[in-house]
Amino acid sequence: MSFVTVRDVFQEYDGRPIIERVNLDVAEGEFVSIVGASGCGKSTFLRLLLADETPTRGRITVDGGKPAREPGRERGVVFQKYSVFPHMTVRDNIVAAESFPKGWGWFHGAKLREARARADEVLERIGLAHVAGNYPATLSGGMQQRLAIGQALHARPRILLLDEPFGALDPGTRLSMHEFLTQLRAETKMTVFMVTHDLGEGFKLGDRVLVFDKTRWDPDYPERYGATITYDFDARDHGIPYQHILDKIPSLAAAATPPPA
Amino acid sequence: MRLLNRRPTRPAGVLLAALPFVAVLIAYWIGSEIRLAANPQDKLLPAPATILNTAGGLFTEPNKRTGEILLWADTWASLRRLALGVGIGALISLTVGVGIGLLPYVRRGVSSFVAVLSMVPPLALLPILFIVFGLGETSKVVLIVIGITPFLTRDLSQRVLDIPHEEIVKAQTLGASTWVIALRVVLPQILPRLIAGIRLSLGSAWLFLIAAEAVAAEVGLGYRIFLVRRYLAMDIILTYVIWITLLAFLIDFALKTLSRKAFPWLGGGL
Repeated sequence: MSFVTVRDVFQEYDGRPIIERVNLDVAEGEFVSIVGASGCGKSTFLRLLLADETPTRGRITVDGGKPAREPGRERGVVFQKYSVFPHMTVRDNIVAAESFPKGWGWFHGAKLREARARADEVLERIGLAHVAGNYPATLSGGMQQRLAIGQALHARPRILLLDEPFGALDPGTRLSMHEFLTQLRAETKMTVFMVTHDLGEGFKLGDRVLVFDKTRWDPDYPERYGATITYDFDARDHGIPYQHILDKIPSLAAAATPPPA
Repeated sequence: MRLLNRRPTRPAGVLLAALPFVAVLIAYWIGSEIRLAANPQDKLLPAPATILNTAGGLFTEPNKRTGEILLWADTWASLRRLALGVGIGALISLTVGVGIGLLPYVRRGVSSFVAVLSMVPPLALLPILFIVFGLGETSKVVLIVIGITPFLTRDLSQRVLDIPHEEIVKAQTLGASTWVIALRVVLPQILPRLIAGIRLSLGSAWLFLIAAEAVAAEVGLGYRIFLVRRYLAMDIILTYVIWITLLAFLIDFALKTLSRKAFPWLGGGL
C-alpha cells in the first residue's frame, strides 16, 4: 500500500527543467535516502515533498489525501542549518511544536507548565535535558540538529523530511547522530526522506536509496534536461535484501537447505 | 612593527580617548582669553567660568515671572515630542516592515512607495505640516515621524527578509499561522534591529525636532537656542548644546544597554 505517492512530477524554474517525470511509491514507515551529484535536483525534490514548492506538473499525495499547497503539520522538516529558533530557549523550541498551531502561538499558566513538562521529557530522551534553559547559539552543531529533530518529531508529523541534516557535522558527531536517528526511528516508525551527499550514510540509514541523475544529456545545452530517479536500491540488510527471504517461508527454507552429508 | 599592529595599553587608551576633548577645551579657552583680552565685553566666546556660572543658573533658578525653571521645562517639552515622534514612527515602521518582509502582496504594493517616500526631504514638508496641523505639538511630532519612519521601515523589512527561509518553513511545519509566525518568529528577531535602527535615526530625530522648534514653538530646547540667538547669548546657547548632546548620548547608551539586557539570545551579536 503506497503511503506517499509521487506521480509524473516535473519541476522547472523559468522554463529550465530541474527534475522530470518522477514517479515514486513509498510505504508507511519506510526510510528513503535520496542521493545524487550536487545540482541534480534532490533538494528540489525534497522541497516538493515538503510542499514548500508546487510542481509544475504532476502530483504528490500523502495517504491518498489532496496534494498540499503549503507546508503543514503533516510534514516535519530538518534542514542542514537554521532549523531551530535562535530567540527561544531549547525547552521553548520544543514547546513551540505544541503551541504554534494555537491562536497566538503562546501557552499560559497551567497549560504552559504542562507543555514544558512534556518538553522536558522529550529533552531527556534526546539527551539535551542539561541545556534546557540555554539558547541554541550556545549549543554545538550536533546538539542543535538533535534539538531540530526532537522539535520536528514532537509535532507528530506523518512524514519526516531531512535535508542533509548531518552535512555540517564532524565525522564523530555524525556517527552518534546516526545512532540517535536509528533509535528514534525504531521508537516512532516514522516515514522518513533524507537527502544526503554521503552515499555511505544513505545506505546505512535507508531502507531504500534513490539516485537522482540526468538520463538525457545535451553536450551543447547542459540545462536542457532535468534529472529523475535513475536507481532505486533496496538497502535493507546492508544492501543485500533477499538474504533472509527464506526466514519468512519456513517450508521452503527446509527444502532449500541441502541435507547434511 | 607595523603601525596597524600597534595597540595602545589601557591607560594610554583612556588618555587618547580624552585627548580630543581636552584639546577642544583648551583651544576654546585660549580663543576666549584672546578675545576677552582685546574686548572685555566680547560675547562671541564667553569665558568657561561665565558659561559654568550661566549653566548653574539655568539649571536651578526659576523664571521670575512664571516660577518654573526654563531649562527643565524646555527639556521635558522636547523629550516628550521626541519620544512621541520616535515611538509612533517605530510602531508604524514595525507594522509596515513586517508586512513588507513577510507578505508578498504587501511587498508588491507598498515597498516601492516607501522607497520613493524615503527620498522626500522631510524638512521641505515642514511648511505643509504647519499649514495642515497648525503650529502646536502635532506638526513637530509628525515631522519626526515622517523623518524617521521610511528609513526604519526599509531597514526592518530588509531584516525580516534576511530571516532564513528555513525558519519560516519550519514554523509552518509546526502548524503556525501567518499571524503566529509574525508574532513568535519574526517579531522577536527584529526587535533588536528596531532598537539599533532607532539608535541610528535618533540623530535625525533630534535634527527634525530642533528645526521644527526653531521655526515655531513656545517652549523647547531648540526654541530656546534660536530665541537667545537674538541677544548673542553664547553662554546660554553653549549650555543648551552641551545639554542636548549629553541627553542624546544618555538615550543612546540606555538603548544600547536595553538591547543587550533584553535579547540574551543574541550573544553579543549585532
